[in-house]
Amino acid sequence: MPSSPSAYGSRSVRWRRRLTDHAATAAAALTTLLVLAPLLAILVYLIYRGAGTLSWAFLTETPKPVGEPGGGMANAIIGSGIILAIACALGVPLGVGAGIYLAEYGRNRFGNLIRFTADVLNGVPSIVVGIVVYALIVLQQKHFSAFSGGVALGIMLVPTVTRATEEMLLMVPHSIREAALGLGVPEWRTTVSITLRTALPGVITAVMLGFGRIAGETAPLLFTAFGNQFWNLRPDQPTAALPLQIFAYAISPYDEWHRQAWAGALVLILLIVATVAAVRLVAGRGVVKGAA
Amino acid sequence: MGVAIEVGQLSAWFGRTQALFSISLNAPANHATAIIGPSGCGKSTFIRCLNRMHETNPEARVDGHVLIGGQEIYGNGTNPVELRRRVGMVFQKANPFPTMSIYDNVAAGLKLNGVRNRRRLDEVVEHSLRSAALWDEVKDFLKKKSGASLSGGQQQRLCIARALAVEPEVLLMDEPASALDPIATAKIEDLIFELKQLYTVVIVTHNMQQAARVAEFTAFFLMGRLIEFGPTQKIFTNPTDKQTEDYITGRFG
Amino acid sequence: MSPPLAVPGNPARPGPRREQTAAGSRPKSGAPASRGLRAGRLADRLFRYAMLACGLSVIAIVVLIVFELFQGSRLAINEFGFKFFIGSDWDPVSGEFGALPFVYGTVVSSLLALVLAAPLALGVAVFVTEICPRPLRAAVSFASELLAAIPSVIYGLWAIFVLVPLLRQDVEPWLISHFGWSGLFEGPPYGIGMLAAGVILAIMVVPIISSIAREVMVAVPRHQREAALALGATRWEMIRVGVLRNARAGIVGAIILGLGRALGETMAVTMVIGNRPEITKSLLAPGYTLASVIANEFSEATEDLYLSALFEIGLALFLLTIIVNALARLLVWSVTRGTPARAHAQ
Repeated sequence: MPSSPSAYGSRSVRWRRRLTDHAATAAAALTTLLVLAPLLAILVYLIYRGAGTLSWAFLTETPKPVGEPGGGMANAIIGSGIILAIACALGVPLGVGAGIYLAEYGRNRFGNLIRFTADVLNGVPSIVVGIVVYALIVLQQKHFSAFSGGVALGIMLVPTVTRATEEMLLMVPHSIREAALGLGVPEWRTTVSITLRTALPGVITAVMLGFGRIAGETAPLLFTAFGNQFWNLRPDQPTAALPLQIFAYAISPYDEWHRQAWAGALVLILLIVATVAAVRLVAGRGVVKGAA
Repeated sequence: MGVAIEVGQLSAWFGRTQALFSISLNAPANHATAIIGPSGCGKSTFIRCLNRMHETNPEARVDGHVLIGGQEIYGNGTNPVELRRRVGMVFQKANPFPTMSIYDNVAAGLKLNGVRNRRRLDEVVEHSLRSAALWDEVKDFLKKKSGASLSGGQQQRLCIARALAVEPEVLLMDEPASALDPIATAKIEDLIFELKQLYTVVIVTHNMQQAARVAEFTAFFLMGRLIEFGPTQKIFTNPTDKQTEDYITGRFG
Repeated sequence: MSPPLAVPGNPARPGPRREQTAAGSRPKSGAPASRGLRAGRLADRLFRYAMLACGLSVIAIVVLIVFELFQGSRLAINEFGFKFFIGSDWDPVSGEFGALPFVYGTVVSSLLALVLAAPLALGVAVFVTEICPRPLRAAVSFASELLAAIPSVIYGLWAIFVLVPLLRQDVEPWLISHFGWSGLFEGPPYGIGMLAAGVILAIMVVPIISSIAREVMVAVPRHQREAALALGATRWEMIRVGVLRNARAGIVGAIILGLGRALGETMAVTMVIGNRPEITKSLLAPGYTLASVIANEFSEATEDLYLSALFEIGLALFLLTIIVNALARLLVWSVTRGTPARAHAQ
């Protein structure tokens, strides 16, 4: 091949382009490492600092008064469970219902309004949800409660579940619906027993992802569930929650409480990682879509 | 000026599936060679091996020789990036860069190659657009309209101009007119007539009339194998192989 | 005419068997059939209304939020008007409610986070979509997922005990000695402060920007990449001209989405920003954000005006994030529109 015309053959230009290409590749790889490094650092550090304090006692005892060593976060773990259960009981049916509406009846302007609103709701800062629920429920009832905490978290669960349910239902092929309708199954029955049943795995994973997101939320609980150093199983009283306890301990001046904060964080992260990993394994779906 | 292409025992795979079986042919310089055959016979894979685009598929593998202007393109000394500048390609569906103006589209290859001189860029852009028979139609809004705002036929000619701007020696065309109406197609075919005087053209087409109109040589592919290769006249009037004859006369494909 | 299958009270009988029963024993009189038909239609309608109610509840929730925010901040709005956000003195004890320090803190910490996060997130996006070898892709993607799943309070915890000491002992002194002339790095290296908040926010926001950027880049059609390669572009040039350029709008959208998230972030920021309502040029100084002041002072707000001021801050935060998020979505939608929704794009 004749040597390239001088405009393109210029050695330095070719060399520069090659160098840029390699540099860009290196930069991209490096930034990836840089981004993933904190992840590793955090997880490793959590295990390092938390594992030592994590014990059976930690998981079964309530906090001891300041100054006394020992004690645990059992009440916070159970409390979180109660609050999350309330949140799911409220948020999941509403979210699934809204998703069903959007998928089956909402291919229109009004449906778009609901979709847009769900997106708006998704972006509301969690602290704002907290103070709104405070005004709505806590002020009226004149006390903090697990119930109000559950409502706040439930509100945050709704948009995630709605969007995901709609997406999953839309993926069910029309032919399946038509087969059921053709057999004489009424429309509502088709939707519930056929379409939803088919989309169920996807919906469940989406709910789990939403659950993973709200399980770690602290801000909405600050002024609703409020926290509690003692056992409380009643939904109408202030209740401890794992993220709340971690926060309170972390900003406290006591070393013992710092240690317990790490252990609590370890418990929380294990719960969430298990949820995310399970979802990844089962469905290959991501968490960020729900959170974004 | 164009250069000759010599292909020797070229085989290609997609993972485990073999797409080309030991193809050998010579496409002479400054002539147009057409590749015809039914869908899936390996025509596109073949020309994508000529500018090493085939290997951009992660599972791709190639064996054999391809000499372009006497240089083995799969040899250790050949840089695929440089090769692709000298062996230009026009795709089945026109793919101008939608975020760039017409001017910037044509100049894209030049700029990548480090050409900065404003005057030189202007010259080459005009020259390429003229060669692609598009200059008169777009000269008034070169920088104002985006590449994607043109009609299908114009977009394809824009892509041709873009490919010509970097002064290749070979021009590969993968069914360039298949998505166009007859008038646009005719314009492209006229263009190829002009182009082959300066470049070596290899054109894949499923349109036999097009091959007959445009190319001096034709290769007939079937299921990844080269069945027959020769002067277009001979292939279409007096083919040696029965399969060629069956295809030409429309018995299949 | 559909057979009278949807008679309420026949819950679990499977479809086909019913079909045969109905076909075999057609009702003699018209009444049961039409009653069954009406019941069926009624059930459908009830179901539809129930689902509609769920959909409406989403709207109701947002309306309720807006209403409560306005209601809660009414007192403060009447008292201060817009001067609220211009005043730079926040001293509730003496009745001073100027929210400018929080606006400043929110904006500065979020912008700092973006400046740090955007290039990193793009680097990751480019790496994962274009450069990373196939087998590694899933692992890196999963790691990014995990990063996004870590709750804010745990980021805060880590920041307090690992990031802040690191900043205090190593990074900030270095910054002071090398870049102190700029005025951005002055004062004692506390460790906590605007810089710490910006860094932890950046870490939190990278996965979001990266994920959306990836989605947008994957949506760029293959033929654009091929067009660039066929011209003789190197791989990086192909990415630059064939992918990034086409995905521009969406990438900007991804960054703005990250901004939206950073603006509303509460816990981690509260734990490391120092919670001092001051406006200082130095990034090493403590600061305060809109979200943080609510988190810290809401329970202590004994007076109505104090509480109302905090509600007004909440309202401002709400409006701010809505606008930013809407803008971001528009940009992202403009690029991914037309490509089928890929639920498994990671």
